[in-house]
Amino acid sequence: MAPPAFLDGNAAAGDLELAFGTDMTMASGRCAGCGEQMMLAQTHAYLGGPGTVLRCPVCGSVLLRLVRSPGQTWLDAGGLGHLRIPAPA
Amino acid sequence: MSVVSRGFRGRARDARHTLPPGQYETHGFPVLSAGPTPRVDLDEWEFTVTTETGDRYSWDWAQLMALPSRTPTVDLHCVTKWSKFDTVWEGVSLDVLLEDVETAADHALVRSYGDYTTNLPLEDLLDGQAWIAYRFDGEALDPEHGGPARLLVPHLYFWKSAKWVRGIHLLGEDEPGFWESVGYHNYGDPWREQRYQGD
Repeated sequence: MAPPAFLDGNAAAGDLELAFGTDMTMASGRCAGCGEQMMLAQTHAYLGGPGTVLRCPVCGSVLLRLVRSPGQTWLDAGGLGHLRIPAPA
Repeated sequence: MSVVSRGFRGRARDARHTLPPGQYETHGFPVLSAGPTPRVDLDEWEFTVTTETGDRYSWDWAQLMALPSRTPTVDLHCVTKWSKFDTVWEGVSLDVLLEDVETAADHALVRSYGDYTTNLPLEDLLDGQAWIAYRFDGEALDPEHGGPARLLVPHLYFWKSAKWVRGIHLLGEDEPGFWESVGYHNYGDPWREQRYQGD
Protein backbone atom coordinates (compact mmCIF):
# COMPACT_ATOMS: atom_id res chain seq x y z
CA MET A 1 0.00 0.00 0.00
CA ALA A 2 1.41 3.37 -0.98
CA PRO A 3 2.19 5.80 1.85
CA PRO A 4 -0.07 8.84 2.13
CA ALA A 5 0.91 11.55 -0.34
CA PHE A 6 0.49 14.34 2.21
CA LEU A 7 2.48 15.70 5.13
CA ASP A 8 1.18 17.73 8.03
CA GLY A 9 0.91 21.46 7.54
CA ASN A 10 4.21 22.10 9.32
CA ALA A 11 5.90 20.91 6.13
CA ALA A 12 4.60 24.02 4.37
CA ALA A 13 5.92 26.37 7.06
CA GLY A 14 8.75 27.73 4.95
CA ASP A 15 6.59 28.56 1.94
CA LEU A 16 3.89 30.09 4.14
CA GLU A 17 6.37 32.24 6.07
CA LEU A 18 7.80 33.58 2.81
CA ALA A 19 4.30 34.47 1.62
CA PHE A 20 2.96 35.98 4.86
CA GLY A 21 6.19 37.31 6.37
CA THR A 22 5.60 35.55 9.68
CA ASP A 23 5.47 32.06 11.13
CA MET A 24 2.10 30.62 10.13
CA THR A 25 2.20 27.24 11.81
CA MET A 26 0.26 28.56 14.83
CA ALA A 27 -2.21 30.43 12.64
CA SER A 28 -5.68 28.94 12.63
CA GLY A 29 -8.52 28.95 10.16
CA ARG A 30 -11.96 27.59 9.44
CA CYS A 31 -12.69 25.29 6.53
CA ALA A 32 -15.21 26.99 4.25
CA GLY A 33 -16.40 23.54 3.20
CA CYS A 34 -17.25 21.79 6.49
CA GLY A 35 -16.67 24.50 9.10
CA GLU A 36 -13.89 22.64 10.92
CA GLN A 37 -11.61 24.94 12.92
CA MET A 38 -7.91 24.02 12.85
CA MET A 39 -4.37 25.27 13.03
CA LEU A 40 -2.56 25.31 9.69
CA ALA A 41 -0.07 22.87 11.20
CA GLN A 42 -2.93 20.34 11.41
CA THR A 43 -3.87 20.56 7.75
CA HIS A 44 -2.83 18.04 5.10
CA ALA A 45 -0.06 19.50 2.95
CA TYR A 46 0.59 18.30 -0.60
CA LEU A 47 4.03 19.47 -1.68
CA GLY A 48 6.48 18.75 -4.44
CA GLY A 49 4.06 19.37 -7.29
CA PRO A 50 3.60 22.62 -9.15
CA GLY A 51 2.65 24.36 -5.88
CA THR A 52 1.72 23.92 -2.24
CA VAL A 53 -1.80 22.74 -1.44
CA LEU A 54 -3.28 22.64 2.06
CA ARG A 55 -6.41 20.54 2.53
CA CYS A 56 -8.87 20.16 5.37
CA PRO A 57 -8.00 17.04 7.41
CA VAL A 58 -11.72 16.38 7.95
CA CYS A 59 -13.44 16.86 4.59
CA GLY A 60 -10.47 17.08 2.19
CA SER A 61 -11.48 20.42 0.68
CA VAL A 62 -8.74 22.67 -0.64
CA LEU A 63 -8.06 25.39 1.94
CA LEU A 64 -5.15 27.16 0.35
CA ARG A 65 -3.03 27.05 -2.80
CA LEU A 66 0.34 28.72 -2.98
CA VAL A 67 2.55 29.04 -6.05
CA ARG A 68 5.96 30.70 -6.07
CA SER A 69 7.38 31.66 -9.44
CA PRO A 70 10.77 33.33 -9.83
CA GLY A 71 9.21 36.79 -9.66
CA GLN A 72 5.89 36.39 -7.86
CA THR A 73 3.94 34.56 -5.20
CA TRP A 74 0.33 33.55 -5.90
CA LEU A 75 -1.99 32.70 -3.04
CA ASP A 76 -5.59 31.54 -3.04
CA ALA A 77 -6.95 31.03 0.46
CA GLY A 78 -10.57 30.97 -0.70
CA GLY A 79 -11.13 27.63 1.03
CA LEU A 80 -10.62 29.24 4.42
CA GLY A 81 -13.63 30.92 6.00
CA HIS A 82 -11.20 33.01 7.98
CA LEU A 83 -7.56 33.00 8.97
CA ARG A 84 -6.36 34.08 12.43
CA ILE A 85 -2.66 34.97 12.60
CA PRO A 86 -1.12 35.41 16.07
CA ALA A 87 1.08 38.48 16.54
CA PRO A 88 4.79 37.61 16.65
CA ALA A 89 5.98 36.95 20.22
CA MET B 1 55.74 22.32 -23.04
CA SER B 2 52.09 22.19 -23.76
CA VAL B 3 49.69 19.80 -22.14
CA VAL B 4 46.73 18.75 -24.15
CA SER B 5 44.03 16.77 -22.46
CA ARG B 6 41.13 15.01 -24.00
CA GLY B 7 37.91 16.92 -23.86
CA PHE B 8 35.39 15.72 -21.33
CA ARG B 9 32.33 14.65 -23.21
CA GLY B 10 30.18 13.42 -20.38
CA ARG B 11 27.49 10.87 -20.95
CA ALA B 12 26.55 10.23 -24.54
CA ARG B 13 23.24 11.87 -25.40
CA ASP B 14 20.42 10.03 -27.00
CA ALA B 15 20.32 11.60 -30.44
CA ARG B 16 16.62 10.83 -30.86
CA HIS B 17 15.62 13.21 -28.08
CA THR B 18 16.01 16.86 -27.26
CA LEU B 19 15.09 18.33 -23.93
CA PRO B 20 12.95 21.47 -23.83
CA PRO B 21 14.67 24.45 -22.16
CA GLY B 22 15.21 24.08 -18.42
CA GLN B 23 14.35 20.36 -18.30
CA TYR B 24 16.38 17.32 -17.21
CA GLU B 25 15.81 13.68 -18.09
CA THR B 26 14.53 11.18 -15.54
CA HIS B 27 14.17 7.43 -15.95
CA GLY B 28 11.73 7.14 -13.07
CA PHE B 29 8.11 8.23 -13.14
CA PRO B 30 7.62 10.79 -10.33
CA VAL B 31 4.20 10.94 -8.68
CA LEU B 32 3.04 14.50 -7.98
CA SER B 33 -0.39 15.08 -6.52
CA ALA B 34 -2.40 18.03 -5.29
CA GLY B 35 -4.71 15.80 -3.28
CA PRO B 36 -5.63 12.27 -2.29
CA THR B 37 -5.71 9.59 -4.97
CA PRO B 38 -9.33 8.81 -5.95
CA ARG B 39 -10.17 5.11 -6.16
CA VAL B 40 -12.71 4.85 -8.95
CA ASP B 41 -14.63 1.62 -9.42
CA LEU B 42 -14.78 0.69 -13.10
CA ASP B 43 -18.48 -0.17 -12.69
CA GLU B 44 -19.10 3.44 -11.72
CA TRP B 45 -16.56 5.13 -13.98
CA GLU B 46 -17.99 7.52 -16.55
CA PHE B 47 -16.50 10.01 -18.98
CA THR B 48 -18.66 12.87 -20.17
CA VAL B 49 -18.34 15.63 -22.73
CA THR B 50 -20.63 18.59 -22.11
CA THR B 51 -20.99 21.27 -24.75
CA GLU B 52 -21.50 24.99 -24.38
CA THR B 53 -25.20 24.48 -25.06
CA GLY B 54 -25.54 21.83 -22.35
CA ASP B 55 -25.64 18.79 -24.62
CA ARG B 56 -24.08 15.82 -22.84
CA TYR B 57 -22.28 12.82 -24.29
CA SER B 58 -21.14 10.01 -22.01
CA TRP B 59 -19.27 6.72 -22.10
CA ASP B 60 -19.03 4.06 -19.41
CA TRP B 61 -15.95 1.87 -19.07
CA ALA B 62 -17.25 -0.89 -21.36
CA GLN B 63 -18.13 1.65 -24.03
CA LEU B 64 -14.67 3.22 -23.80
CA MET B 65 -13.03 -0.20 -24.12
CA ALA B 66 -15.12 -0.91 -27.23
CA LEU B 67 -13.71 2.11 -29.07
CA PRO B 68 -10.64 1.81 -31.28
CA SER B 69 -7.47 2.47 -29.29
CA ARG B 70 -4.05 3.77 -30.21
CA THR B 71 -0.66 3.11 -28.60
CA PRO B 72 1.24 6.40 -28.71
CA THR B 73 4.89 6.56 -27.64
CA VAL B 74 5.50 10.06 -26.36
CA ASP B 75 7.88 12.19 -24.32
CA LEU B 76 6.57 13.79 -21.12
CA HIS B 77 7.63 17.20 -19.81
CA CYS B 78 6.64 18.18 -16.26
CA VAL B 79 6.68 21.82 -15.22
CA THR B 80 8.70 20.76 -12.14
CA LYS B 81 11.48 20.25 -14.73
CA TRP B 82 11.69 16.49 -15.25
CA SER B 83 11.21 14.97 -18.67
CA LYS B 84 10.71 11.30 -19.47
CA PHE B 85 11.32 9.95 -22.96
CA ASP B 86 9.60 7.18 -24.89
CA THR B 87 6.65 6.48 -22.62
CA VAL B 88 4.23 3.94 -24.09
CA TRP B 89 0.50 4.36 -23.55
CA GLU B 90 -2.77 2.93 -24.79
CA GLY B 91 -5.92 4.95 -25.04
CA VAL B 92 -8.69 6.37 -27.16
CA SER B 93 -8.00 9.44 -29.24
CA LEU B 94 -10.07 12.51 -28.43
CA ASP B 95 -10.68 12.67 -32.19
CA VAL B 96 -12.81 9.54 -31.77
CA LEU B 97 -14.63 10.75 -28.67
CA LEU B 98 -15.37 14.19 -30.09
CA GLU B 99 -16.17 13.01 -33.62
CA ASP B 100 -19.95 13.29 -33.25
CA VAL B 101 -20.00 16.15 -30.75
CA GLU B 102 -21.56 19.27 -32.21
CA THR B 103 -19.92 22.35 -30.80
CA ALA B 104 -18.75 25.83 -31.71
CA ALA B 105 -16.61 26.07 -28.57
CA ASP B 106 -12.96 27.11 -28.67
CA HIS B 107 -12.05 26.16 -25.11
CA ALA B 108 -12.05 23.04 -22.95
CA LEU B 109 -12.07 22.63 -19.19
CA VAL B 110 -11.03 19.14 -18.15
CA ARG B 111 -12.45 17.79 -14.88
CA SER B 112 -11.15 14.92 -12.80
CA TYR B 113 -12.50 12.65 -10.10
CA GLY B 114 -11.51 14.62 -7.03
CA ASP B 115 -11.43 18.37 -7.56
CA TYR B 116 -8.71 18.85 -10.16
CA THR B 117 -9.32 20.86 -13.31
CA THR B 118 -7.18 22.14 -16.17
CA ASN B 119 -7.96 24.21 -19.24
CA LEU B 120 -6.67 24.20 -22.78
CA PRO B 121 -7.80 25.21 -26.26
CA LEU B 122 -10.13 22.65 -27.82
CA GLU B 123 -7.90 22.49 -30.89
CA ASP B 124 -5.11 21.06 -28.72
CA LEU B 125 -7.27 18.02 -28.02
CA LEU B 126 -7.75 17.24 -31.72
CA ASP B 127 -5.74 16.03 -34.71
CA GLY B 128 -4.00 13.15 -32.95
CA GLN B 129 -2.62 15.26 -30.11
CA ALA B 130 -4.58 13.88 -27.13
CA TRP B 131 -5.93 10.60 -25.74
CA ILE B 132 -7.95 9.22 -22.84
CA ALA B 133 -5.21 6.83 -21.73
CA TYR B 134 -5.87 3.73 -19.64
CA ARG B 135 -2.72 1.62 -20.05
CA PHE B 136 0.90 2.56 -19.40
CA ASP B 137 3.85 0.40 -20.39
CA GLY B 138 1.51 -2.47 -21.20
CA GLU B 139 -0.23 -2.48 -17.82
CA ALA B 140 -3.48 -1.03 -16.52
CA LEU B 141 -2.80 2.55 -15.50
CA ASP B 142 -1.93 2.69 -11.80
CA PRO B 143 -4.16 4.98 -9.67
CA GLU B 144 -1.08 6.95 -8.55
CA HIS B 145 -0.49 7.81 -12.21
CA GLY B 146 -4.12 8.66 -12.91
CA GLY B 147 -5.87 5.33 -13.40
CA PRO B 148 -8.35 4.12 -14.35
CA ALA B 149 -7.88 6.75 -17.07
CA ARG B 150 -6.17 10.07 -17.54
CA LEU B 151 -5.96 12.68 -20.23
CA LEU B 152 -2.70 12.47 -22.19
CA VAL B 153 -1.77 15.64 -24.05
CA PRO B 154 2.01 15.39 -24.20
CA HIS B 155 2.81 18.45 -26.31
CA LEU B 156 1.92 20.60 -23.26
CA TYR B 157 3.40 20.50 -19.75
CA PHE B 158 2.23 17.39 -17.97
CA TRP B 159 -0.09 19.19 -15.51
CA LYS B 160 -2.44 19.52 -18.48
CA SER B 161 -2.63 15.70 -18.74
CA ALA B 162 -5.23 15.48 -15.98
CA LYS B 163 -5.17 12.31 -13.88
CA TRP B 164 -8.44 10.51 -13.06
CA VAL B 165 -10.24 12.28 -15.89
CA ARG B 166 -14.02 12.23 -15.70
CA GLY B 167 -15.10 14.76 -18.26
CA ILE B 168 -14.52 17.72 -20.53
CA HIS B 169 -16.63 20.85 -20.63
CA LEU B 170 -16.54 22.63 -23.96
CA LEU B 171 -16.80 26.37 -23.39
CA GLY B 172 -17.22 29.54 -25.39
CA GLU B 173 -15.13 31.46 -22.84
CA ASP B 174 -11.85 30.25 -21.39
CA GLU B 175 -11.91 29.22 -17.72
CA PRO B 176 -8.63 28.72 -15.85
CA GLY B 177 -8.08 25.42 -14.06
CA PHE B 178 -6.60 24.39 -10.70
CA TRP B 179 -3.03 25.57 -11.38
CA GLU B 180 -3.75 28.07 -14.13
CA SER B 181 -5.78 30.17 -11.66
CA VAL B 182 -2.83 30.57 -9.27
CA GLY B 183 -0.02 31.69 -11.51
CA TYR B 184 0.73 28.86 -13.89
CA HIS B 185 0.73 29.60 -17.60
CA ASN B 186 -2.60 29.35 -19.34
CA TYR B 187 -1.21 27.32 -22.25
CA GLY B 188 1.98 25.62 -21.01
CA ASP B 189 4.14 24.93 -24.06
CA PRO B 190 7.36 23.30 -22.78
CA TRP B 191 9.31 24.30 -25.89
CA ARG B 192 8.59 27.97 -25.18
CA GLU B 193 9.10 27.36 -21.44
CA GLN B 194 5.66 28.70 -20.58
CA ARG B 195 5.73 27.73 -16.91
CA TYR B 196 4.17 30.79 -15.26
CA GLN B 197 1.88 33.60 -16.31
CA GLY B 198 3.97 36.15 -18.12
CA ASP B 199 6.46 33.59 -19.50
